[in-house]
Amino acid sequence: MDRAEVDAKIREIAEPFNKKGVTITEETSFQNDLEFDSLTVMDFVAEIEDEFDIIISMNQQAEIEKYGQLVDAVTKMQAD
Amino acid sequence: MSEGISQPDQPQALEGHAGDKDLFSKFDDIIAMRQGLLDSGVEDPFNLVMEKVLSPTRAICNGRETILLGTYNYMGMTFDPDVVEAGKQALADFGSGTTGSRVLNGTYQGHKDVEEALKDFYDMDHAMVFSTGYQANLGIISTIAGKGDYIVLDIDSHASIWDGCAMGNAEVVPFKHNDIEAMEKRLRRIPEDAGKLVILEGVYSMLGDIAPLKEMVAVAKKYGAMVLVDEAHSMGFIGENGRGVVESAGVIDDVDFIIGTFSKSVGTVGGFCVSNHPKFDIMRLVCRPYVFTASLPPSVVATACTSIRKLMHGSNKRAHLWENSKNLHKGLKDLGFQLGTDEPQSAIIAVIMPDLQQGAAMWEALIKNGLYVNLARPPATPANMTLLRCSLCAEHSEEEVGEILEIFEKAGKAVGII
Ligand SMILES: Cc1ncc(COP(=O)(O)O)c(C=O)c1O
Repeated sequence: MDRAEVDAKIREIAEPFNKKGVTITEETSFQNDLEFDSLTVMDFVAEIEDEFDIIISMNQQAEIEKYGQLVDAVTKMQAD
Repeated sequence: MSEGISQPDQPQALEGHAGDKDLFSKFDDIIAMRQGLLDSGVEDPFNLVMEKVLSPTRAICNGRETILLGTYNYMGMTFDPDVVEAGKQALADFGSGTTGSRVLNGTYQGHKDVEEALKDFYDMDHAMVFSTGYQANLGIISTIAGKGDYIVLDIDSHASIWDGCAMGNAEVVPFKHNDIEAMEKRLRRIPEDAGKLVILEGVYSMLGDIAPLKEMVAVAKKYGAMVLVDEAHSMGFIGENGRGVVESAGVIDDVDFIIGTFSKSVGTVGGFCVSNHPKFDIMRLVCRPYVFTASLPPSVVATACTSIRKLMHGSNKRAHLWENSKNLHKGLKDLGFQLGTDEPQSAIIAVIMPDLQQGAAMWEALIKNGLYVNLARPPATPANMTLLRCSLCAEHSEEEVGEILEIFEKAGKAVGII
C-alpha cells in the first residue's frame, strides 16, 4: 500500500473516534486537537494494528504526536 | 490498576502551560480538580486519619468508630496473636532494623525463614523477598525484559507493572482488559525470535474481577512467551491452597513467575517473587530494586513468616471470607446498586457510582454513618468510572455484613442513588 492508500484507510478508522468532527490534517495532534484519552488511544491503535497486521508498541506511540507521523509510521511498518 | 488517588496507573506525560512559573505548574489541573471537590463541601476522601485501630475490621476514623471495608486485610492477620508475638520477639532479639541491603549486611535469619515459608506455601523452588510488592514488580519486570524484548500486558495493569515496563525499556504492547483474542493477535505479530513476557493479574483490584488465566496462559505458552502473574489480591483465599487464581485455574505449573505482597492478606509490608526457573537466583545480583535498597526490618519478616505459615492452614477463614463476599454482593445487588461483576469473583466488590460528585457524596454519607470504603475515581479507574470499592475481611462477622448493608441502604437513599 502506498502512503495515500494508508492515509485513506486510517482516516476511515479515525472517523468514529473523531467525536467533535475535527478536520484532520497532517498536523492534527491526537492529544490536543482530537483529545484522545488513553482508552481511546488503545481502541484506535488496536483497529489500525488489526487492519495492517502490525504492532505499534507504546514506545512507538510515544513518538507519534501528529496525524501525519502516524501515517508515515504505518506506511513504513506495513511495507517491512 | 491501583487506587492511585488522582493519577492513572499508566504513566502519562503532563503538559506544561503557557506562562509557567516553575516545575510545579504541570500539576495545576490536578490541584484545581481536588480543590473543586473540597469546595463542594465533602469530607476529603484522601485525607482520612485512623486515630485508633481496634481490630482488623474496626477503627476510630476522624473521631468516629468505623467499620473497615476498604483495607486489604483480607485474612485479618494484623492482630493475630501468634503474628504479633513473632514480631515482638524479633524486635527484641534482632533490633529495629537491618540498616543494609539484602546483598550486603541486610540478610538475617528471618529473611531466609520467610523465603522458606514462601517456597513451602507455593511449593516452588525459589523465593525472593523485596521491600514492597511495588518493588517486586518494578525489579523483576525491568530486569528480565530489556531493550528489544516485548512485554504484552493487560491495559488495566497495576502502576507497579507499568513502571517496571518503563524502567526496563522493553517494547510495551497492551491489550484490552481480559480479552484473550486481543492478546493472541499481539503475540502473533511479535517477531518470532524476540524475547516475550506476558504479564497478567489474578484479580484486578478495581472491579474485583479475575483473569481467564487458563486460556491466557495457554495462548502465551503457544507463542513461546514467559508468563508473570501478579497475585497480590488472591493470596490465602483463592485456590485450594490459597496460591491464587493460577491455582484455581490449574495453570500454576505453566507460570514462570508469581509476584505477591505482604501488604494485603499477609498483613504487614513487603513483596516477593516465586519461581521454578533454574537460574532464578541470579536475580539477587542483577535486580537493582532488590540490591539498592535496605531490607525489611526483622520484626516485619518475622510477622510475615508466621502469617504465611498460618495461612497455609486457613481453610475455615477462607470459607468464611467467601461467605462474606457472596452475602455482600447479593445484598448490594438486591438493594439496587450497580456492581462491577455479575457474580462475586474475589473479596473485592466494586459499587459503580453514576459520577464523581455522587460518588464523593455517597462516600461521605457512608463514613458519617461509620463505614469506610475506598473511593476510586478517574483517571485511576477502568473506563473512567467512579467506584466505591469494598474489600472484605475474613474477620467481618455475618452480623457486620448485615450492618454494612444497612448503612449502604441508608446512605444510598439519602444521596438518591437507589
Ligand atoms: C496488583 C498489585 N500489585 C502490586 C501491588 C503493590 O504492593 P505493595 O503494597 O506491597 O507495594 C499492589 C498493591 O498496591 C497491587 O494491587
